[in-house]
Amino acid sequence: METVKINDLACNDLPWKVIYDSKRCTLCGSCIASCTFGAIKPKIERRRKSFSDTETPEPKITFSATPVITQVNILKHFCRGCGVCERVCPNNAIRSERNPDSRFNVVYQAATATGPKRGGRNNLEVKARTLDTLRVGRISQMTDPSLDAERHTFDCQAPLGRILPATQLPFTIGPDGTLAKSGHTPPVNWIYPIIIGDMSIGALSWRMWEAVSMAVAYLNEECGLPVRQCSGEGGMPVRLLKSKYLKYVILQIASGHFGWNRIIKAMPHMVEDPAGVLIKIGQGAKPGDGGLLMAAKVASHIQSIRGVPKTDLLSPPNHQGLYSIEESVQKMFLSFNAAFKFRVPVAIKVAASATSVSVFNNLVRDPYNIVGGFFLDGIDGGTGAAHDISLDHTGHPVVSKLRDCYLAAVAQGRQGQIPLWAAGGLGKTGNLAADAFKMFCLGANGVFTGKLILQLAGCLGNEHSRCNACNTGLCPAGITTQEPTLVRRLDPDRVAENIVNYFLAMDKELRKLMAPIGNSSLPVGRSDCLISTDKAIADRLQVQYVC
Amino acid sequence: MCRIGAIKSLNYVHPSKALQLMNSQQKGHDNSGFAMVMQDLGGIFAEYKDKPTLSLACTDAGLKIAEEILDAVGFKQVFQWVPETNWQAGMDIQAMPNYVFRTFDYPELFKDAPKRDKEDLLTNTRLQLRFAMEKDQTGFAYSFWPDVITLKEIGDPRDIGTFFGLWEPDDSFTAKTITAQCRQNTNYAIVRYAAHPFFLQGYVTLTNGENTFYQKNKEFQSTLHPGYVGFESDSQCFLYTMHYMHRQLGWPLSYYKHIITPLPFQEVAKREDREELMAIRQSLAHLEINGPNTIIGTLPDHTMWVVCDAKKLRPIVVGQTKDTVVFSSEVCGINEILSDRNWETDIYPNEREIVVVDNNLEVQRWKQ
Repeated sequence: METVKINDLACNDLPWKVIYDSKRCTLCGSCIASCTFGAIKPKIERRRKSFSDTETPEPKITFSATPVITQVNILKHFCRGCGVCERVCPNNAIRSERNPDSRFNVVYQAATATGPKRGGRNNLEVKARTLDTLRVGRISQMTDPSLDAERHTFDCQAPLGRILPATQLPFTIGPDGTLAKSGHTPPVNWIYPIIIGDMSIGALSWRMWEAVSMAVAYLNEECGLPVRQCSGEGGMPVRLLKSKYLKYVILQIASGHFGWNRIIKAMPHMVEDPAGVLIKIGQGAKPGDGGLLMAAKVASHIQSIRGVPKTDLLSPPNHQGLYSIEESVQKMFLSFNAAFKFRVPVAIKVAASATSVSVFNNLVRDPYNIVGGFFLDGIDGGTGAAHDISLDHTGHPVVSKLRDCYLAAVAQGRQGQIPLWAAGGLGKTGNLAADAFKMFCLGANGVFTGKLILQLAGCLGNEHSRCNACNTGLCPAGITTQEPTLVRRLDPDRVAENIVNYFLAMDKELRKLMAPIGNSSLPVGRSDCLISTDKAIADRLQVQYVC
Repeated sequence: MCRIGAIKSLNYVHPSKALQLMNSQQKGHDNSGFAMVMQDLGGIFAEYKDKPTLSLACTDAGLKIAEEILDAVGFKQVFQWVPETNWQAGMDIQAMPNYVFRTFDYPELFKDAPKRDKEDLLTNTRLQLRFAMEKDQTGFAYSFWPDVITLKEIGDPRDIGTFFGLWEPDDSFTAKTITAQCRQNTNYAIVRYAAHPFFLQGYVTLTNGENTFYQKNKEFQSTLHPGYVGFESDSQCFLYTMHYMHRQLGWPLSYYKHIITPLPFQEVAKREDREELMAIRQSLAHLEINGPNTIIGTLPDHTMWVVCDAKKLRPIVVGQTKDTVVFSSEVCGINEILSDRNWETDIYPNEREIVVVDNNLEVQRWKQ
């Protein structure tokens, strides 16, 4: 009998247990070959069998050496529950099962003197979502007829850019009685109200990024939907910067400024302006933390675009050199406005926070009219890599904060001057149209989404701690890895097709929500058409409580 | 459903015409009230065109409050008309004790003041009256403006007409521009202020419809001008938007349609004035309307106009003779009072136009 070594790591300390049935296994090896985490391995078990082959019991013992698959009890190779082994097994002989008795958080820190990290999402608070207690409850009937979602025309676009109050428009009345614009106004782009959120070319595999870009180009050029994607921090391939497709991309700059050397050098050769510039101050999934790209994912093309060696790339938690909101407005926004000769809207992305309204108020009152969008990212947003403690224990939900910002604007008569864009867990249930629509009603001009796009590509992760290994560079779906053999698992054409189809379906579903409330344009701020079955939520959001 | 009507004539017209116009459409409304605004007054008010007339319905206590306020501001009464009311048993009318139509001279301090200052004084005074009488519902100040009279009451419009003696035409109480409606508010509480037409600083609107962007409009308008108050009806928003665009921003009437029902993005992109139209749409996104609506209105210079929502979900007809133009929700209204017109020239405004009638009765159709 072996001595009990209680301090050794055992498989039942880990968050997932591999359940294996050797009787069904054909030993084809597919599961081991496909497990990117090295969480399972082959081994030979010594099997003892007693039997009797006579009429009266005369027990005999035989020993055999049986090849089996077994879970690895090494911290670095813990099973993530991605389920790829189960997918590839021809005989249903293997699967992973969530371990409710996991001691992972304890043993990991005890062994490594550091906290666990992961990619993906907030897994701690999995309960009914605020948006799911809301319904579109003001239905047009009788005197105010519903529209026909199939037949009527609908205007589904949202502004990105600073909007002047009508009193500041540089209009003159011509001799023919028409208004003529006689001066500069801040640039505003009207785009589809759902942006594909900022996922960098380092966080995503090149095939995934290519698939998103293909989908966006197709949606614009073949389907007439002006969908935009945000580059994320880390720049873009120079060839794309110089192409006509740049107009579909919102360039992001974050505190690491990664990729901007290439962008600035490409500027003289750009044939189109980008759709916008997004200054990332914070991120909902890990507020107060900067971007994080592990060395494992810094492949040669990432090194080339960012101009960095193969090392962990950490963006600082804040923009160095910005000490106050005034500076952020004056320095960064003016710089970027000027860089593109005041033709490209410049917006800001912040993590939802107890202080979001103060930040928003500062920006909406800025006298320079240069902040062209307030992107508010909530706690349920995704991330390529973060410390577990940030993902699970910091952050602020987006719904009430978005509403607070909108109502702050209303109180000042400034609604719409800085378009509000919201994100953070939208589309979590798979229906982004419904989430987006409710956010519009609460005051958002538009929403942005990232995680859902990964789901469309085949991401195996979920909010119940499944997979969430985007940070490792070992993504089993080939989405968030730069490992060539893994990247090849992803078919970019299929992914692009999925994204395009989803957007087409979502566009129809938006109409299916606009039609019953009788609106042919987006009901931004129409909280009167929402109801809530939860009194506390209804009161907090100032919508009608129903029961 | 609501029914609305308007008469614009080269001659002075008695309100009995408006009653006839609306009575013929009574199956389309619920006979729950009658309200009208008369502009460009004739008869007994003809010689007071440059002096403001207060239209007020109130209790005795309300009258006392109003007189004190007007006196304190310094208005001097120069003329008064008290309608002879005829109450009969069984009448469906919730009459107020006093109906006050009084014309004033401006206070001494304002005699030579600029026009805008005088206008603001009138509006501020009316709001002061409104707020003072609102507390105990002692009165309703509908308009206080030169050359304008407003009458609103709850009840059956036929009885209201009889009560005020409006069925019998005469030359003493007339106007060249009359807008009228025969229904109380149904979406919200029944209050006299909620009855169309609505008036502000020479601008009038009345609507058949429902503004489903009411909340957005209201939230935005609440901070734009002190006169944008009440919001007892979602249709008041149409008046405030017109006032804001035309008076406050100084934009031409033709841009009203671009604000309330902007062209689809694809159509704007093809236009030469796309930059201006996009700027308007962006800056005034919260004044966009939705839902089924037909809006009739007048400007301070008595130009009359009508627009529909972008899907033309509410009816309107414009009929005319040489000396009169009539707007009506249903053609039977026009048949009633302009029976000898050429109906082939009737206009059925479409979803992308404004029909405008100037003081010479020239009818124009402006495509958005």
